[in-house]
Amino acid sequence: MVRKQAARNGTQTLIAFENAAYSYGGGELLSEITLRLAPGSFHFLTGPSGSGKSTFLKLCYAELLPTAGRVTLFDREVRDLSRDDVALTRRRIGVVHQDCQFLDHLPLSSNVALPLIVAGRTTATGDLQDLLTWVGLGPLATALPPSLSGGERQRAALARAIIMGPDVILADEPTGNLDWEMSLRLLTLLVELNRMGKTILVATHDLNVIRQAKSQIAARVLRIAKRRIQLAGADL
Amino acid sequence: MVPPSGASAWLTSFTSGAMTFLAVFAMALSLASGKLANRWAEALDRTATVRISAPEDQMAIQTKAVLEVLKTTPGIAEARALTPEESTKLLEPWFGPDLPLQDLPLPQLVAVTETGAGYDAEGLRQRLAAEAPGAVLDDHLRWRRPMAEAAGRLRLLGLLSIVLIGLAMAAMITLAANAALAANAQVIRVLRLVGARDTYIARAFVRRFTLRAASGALAGVVLGLIGVALLPAQDAAGGFLTGLGFSGLGWLLPLVLVPLAALVAFLATRTAAFRTLKRLT
Repeated sequence: MVRKQAARNGTQTLIAFENAAYSYGGGELLSEITLRLAPGSFHFLTGPSGSGKSTFLKLCYAELLPTAGRVTLFDREVRDLSRDDVALTRRRIGVVHQDCQFLDHLPLSSNVALPLIVAGRTTATGDLQDLLTWVGLGPLATALPPSLSGGERQRAALARAIIMGPDVILADEPTGNLDWEMSLRLLTLLVELNRMGKTILVATHDLNVIRQAKSQIAARVLRIAKRRIQLAGADL
Repeated sequence: MVPPSGASAWLTSFTSGAMTFLAVFAMALSLASGKLANRWAEALDRTATVRISAPEDQMAIQTKAVLEVLKTTPGIAEARALTPEESTKLLEPWFGPDLPLQDLPLPQLVAVTETGAGYDAEGLRQRLAAEAPGAVLDDHLRWRRPMAEAAGRLRLLGLLSIVLIGLAMAAMITLAANAALAANAQVIRVLRLVGARDTYIARAFVRRFTLRAASGALAGVVLGLIGVALLPAQDAAGGFLTGLGFSGLGWLLPLVLVPLAALVAFLATRTAAFRTLKRLT
């Protein structure tokens, strides 16, 4: 699978920022961001609350457009993407949102299968059940999202993010509302996915999670400070 | 994907039903007035009158000459001089039955019935002028023209009503669709985030509103037809007001309103959906 993933990605740049900036309400939130996410890499993005971590992730899946510089997704400049192109690009990027973003009127299985449904693809019920079991939610397929705990919701969001077999997985504070045990469980799933060849970027302010991950995998840590992103040192 | 929404669903079905109910009556009114005006025009269209005003000693000669001319005119099926009794009866509504009309110098009237092909009115006038100088042809054109105009306007009014009803329905459904889109903003956002194209999201709303409008329209048409069927049957004394309704296969005509309402809902919702989606990233 890793080989297949690598062949699919080739030498393609998955996500690249070139001197990109994002301004909002007259003030610059992010500036002079230059960064490339290599296929199969694992990055953490850290920084204090309000530093722009979520904004950076939104730029990564074209929910926001840079106000200066260039952001390239799969070798295509985001400003050149039509609305349909944006939709198709998002099918290659799995996102675990901080607030999960579920459709509360649909059962968990439908929420997890949502990317497949909107893409007009089908999945075998067994495959979907396998995926739910893999994230530890096998018995909850018919449950509605509001009845789930924080940890269950985050794992369901992860299952939805990976169901399309995306090239990149972005996670925004996935352990923000979880206890340590549940955080480790989610982290383990992300590490497993990275070992399967997925490119992972996790925005978190939890340094313990980062330390734990670095003990298992070669992850790079990026830090947002003074509106810029820099590679963090070994002081974490 | 889109959760069921109460208010907009009810509003769409109700609006569609009420509008098609009104449209059935507009259609019935338009058809009935058209038919009635056609009948009047047809009755006048096939007849003409020759009026002969001449001195008493010339009257019989000129009447005979007129009948001779009419007999030899192509397009005239029948020509008949009215008897004095018939002329008196025609004037009765104005002068009453007791007036001694025989003492008045009344013109002689000749009733003319045309064939389907009709006749050359101008040629006939010239021949009458030559053979009977006191004869004047009245081909009922001055009656027919306003009748035809009235019929055309009534039909136009009916059609205009249906168009206005359609536009009002489109406006109401657009408002309902906008309300539904606003209420489901979070659903739309999630669908966009997981890679749904605009056409997919719009389709979910369009399908729902089209079906609601179609079901509401069907109910409206059925109720409208029942209402039209319950109106009094056509009656000579009632005239125009009792002539409202459909006949034969005409009763199926209002069913056209159901796909029309669905089409209006489809276009209104699709436009509203794409306008809303364009504002989202």
